[in-house]
Amino acid sequence: MSTPPILAVREASISFGAVRAVNGVSLALAPGERHALLGTNGAGKTTLFNAISGEVPLTSGGIAFKGSDISRLRPHQRARLGIGRTFQTSLTFADRSVEDNLRVAVMGRRGPRFGLRPWGAYRPQVEAARVSAARFGLDEVLAQPVGTLSYGQQRELEIAMALAGEPELLLMDEPAAGMSPQGRGRLVEILRGLPRSITMLFVEHDMDVALSLADRITVMRDGAVVAAGTPSDIRANPLVRELYLGGKH
Amino acid sequence: MTPMPQQLLRHPVLWLALAGLAFPLIAGEFWVGTVAARVLIIGTMALSLTFLTSSAGLVSFAQAGVAGVAGYTLALLSPNITGVGMAVPWPLAVGAALVMGTLAGLLVGWVSVRSSGIYLLMITLAMSVSLFYLVSQNTEIFNGFDGINGLKPPELFGMDLRAPIPFYGMALAAAVLSAAAVMHLDRTPFGLQLHALRNAPRRVAALGFSTTLLRIAAFGIAGLIASVGGVLNTWFSGQMSPGAVDVHAAVNLLVVAVLGGIRHPLGAFLGAAAFVLLENYAASVIDRERFNLVIGAVFIVIVLFAKDGLIGLIQQLRAQIKPAWTGVCAKSGRKAV
Repeated sequence: MSTPPILAVREASISFGAVRAVNGVSLALAPGERHALLGTNGAGKTTLFNAISGEVPLTSGGIAFKGSDISRLRPHQRARLGIGRTFQTSLTFADRSVEDNLRVAVMGRRGPRFGLRPWGAYRPQVEAARVSAARFGLDEVLAQPVGTLSYGQQRELEIAMALAGEPELLLMDEPAAGMSPQGRGRLVEILRGLPRSITMLFVEHDMDVALSLADRITVMRDGAVVAAGTPSDIRANPLVRELYLGGKH
Repeated sequence: MTPMPQQLLRHPVLWLALAGLAFPLIAGEFWVGTVAARVLIIGTMALSLTFLTSSAGLVSFAQAGVAGVAGYTLALLSPNITGVGMAVPWPLAVGAALVMGTLAGLLVGWVSVRSSGIYLLMITLAMSVSLFYLVSQNTEIFNGFDGINGLKPPELFGMDLRAPIPFYGMALAAAVLSAAAVMHLDRTPFGLQLHALRNAPRRVAALGFSTTLLRIAAFGIAGLIASVGGVLNTWFSGQMSPGAVDVHAAVNLLVVAVLGGIRHPLGAFLGAAAFVLLENYAASVIDRERFNLVIGAVFIVIVLFAKDGLIGLIQQLRAQIKPAWTGVCAKSGRKAV
C-alpha cells in the first residue's frame, strides 16, 4: 500500500468474559477506500465496528486513525476527529423534525456544543442542516417529525446525520438493512455519489450492495478474518462461497 | 426565529407574569404574602425538576437538597440569632448561595452520570439523605436539628423585602425569570442537544457530544434554579433547618412536579398551587394530620387519570372547547378567536 492507511486496526481482540468475540483482527483502509465487512451472524463484525467507533473497549491490540492511536479515546472524541457512524437500527430523535435532527448532527463536530442563544444566532449551522437534507432529498420533509417518515427515508436520514459532521471516515452498520429493493438501489447510488474524500467501512449482509459498493472486502468468521481482497477475489474464494454465498451463486 | 407579537401573546410565561401581577389586586395580604408567595417558591424549586425531566428525561430526588445547600449557605453568611456562620453583605451572601447550590447540582450530576431511571432516583435520594444527616448531626457549623434561625431578607431602598407585597414581587420575579429561562433553553441548540440526549444517547455521542458534559450541565442549570427557590424559601421561613432537606421535602417536590405536569414549565407552578391550597384547606376539611392522605389521594387520581398532570388536563380541556367554540362562532357568523 503506497499511501499510509487512514484507519489501521492492529491485532484487535475483544472478549466479553470467557467469550472472545473478536480474535486478532487486523485491517487497514487506504484513504478513499470503500471497504465492506462481511460475515455470518455472530462473526464479530458489529463488535469490531463498535470498537472502532469507541463504544466497546479493545481487550488487546490497537486502532490508529490517520497515524495516531485512538484506542483509548471515547466515542465523542473519535467523532470529533472525523469518524462518523450509522447504526444498524436507526437511532434518531424520533419526535423531533428532520431539520432538528440534522441541526444536532451538524453541531456535533463544528459546535456550538452548548449554544445558549436563539437559533437566529447560528445561521451557518442552520444552513448546513438544510444543505445536508437537500443532499438526500429530505428537504421536502424538513419540518416532519422523524417518526412519521417512511422507513427508507429514516435510513437515509441515518446516513445524512453521520455525514453532516463531514467525517473523513464513515462507518455504516448495515446501511441497507430492511430496505426495499428500490430503496437499496437509491441508497447505493447516493453512497456511490459521495466524494472519495470520505473513506467508508461498512457491514452489509446484502451481497449485491456489498459487491457493488466495495473496493475491498474482508470476510470474518468466529471473530477472525478468513478472507480479504477485491470483490472478484472474494467471489472466487471457495471458502467464502461455501460459507457466505451458500448455493446462491 | 424572532417571536412574532402574536406568538409572544401566547407565551405561557407571559400569562404567568400577568396572572401574578394581577393577583395582589384581587387578593388580600395573607393570600399574597403567605399563600401565593409560597406557591411561587415551591413552584420554582419544582421547576428545577421539571426542567431536568422535560428537557433531558432525567429525574432527581436531590433538588430539595440542592435548594437546601443554597439555603444553608445563605443562612451561614447572613446575620442570624443562632450565632453561627459569618455575616457578609447580602448581595455576596445571595451570590455565594446561588454558586454553592449550582455546584451542588453539578456534583449531583457528576456522581450520578452513569445511572438512569430508578437507579438515578436512588442515587440522588442517597445524596439527599446524606445531606440531611450531615446538617442534622453537625452542631458546630449547622447547629444540628435546631438549624439556623432569625433570618431576614435585606432592606432595599428603605423597603422591607419581607413585607407581603415586596416579598411576593420578589418571588414572582424569580419564578417568571426561571420559567422564562427554561422555556428559552428549549429553543436553543443546547436545549435541542439535551432533548437528543434523552432520545438516543449513543447517537449523541457518535455525533461528537460528550454525553457526560451535557448531563452535568443540565444538572447544573437545575441546581441554579433550585437555588433561587432555596434562597427565597430561607427568607420566607426565616430559618434554615434539616426539615427543609429531609426525605419528606424531596418527595414533596416530586409530588408537586408530577401533580402539575412534568412536561411543561408552568406545570410546576400549577402543582405548587394545588399543593399549597390542599395543605391549607385539608386542615379545615379534615384533620391537619391527614394532609398527606389528601395529597396522596389527589396524586393517585392525577397519575391515574391525567398523564400530564394538571397542565395536561387544561390542555385537554382547551382542545375540547376550541372546536366547540369554533362551531358556535360559525353558527353565529362571528370570527373564531
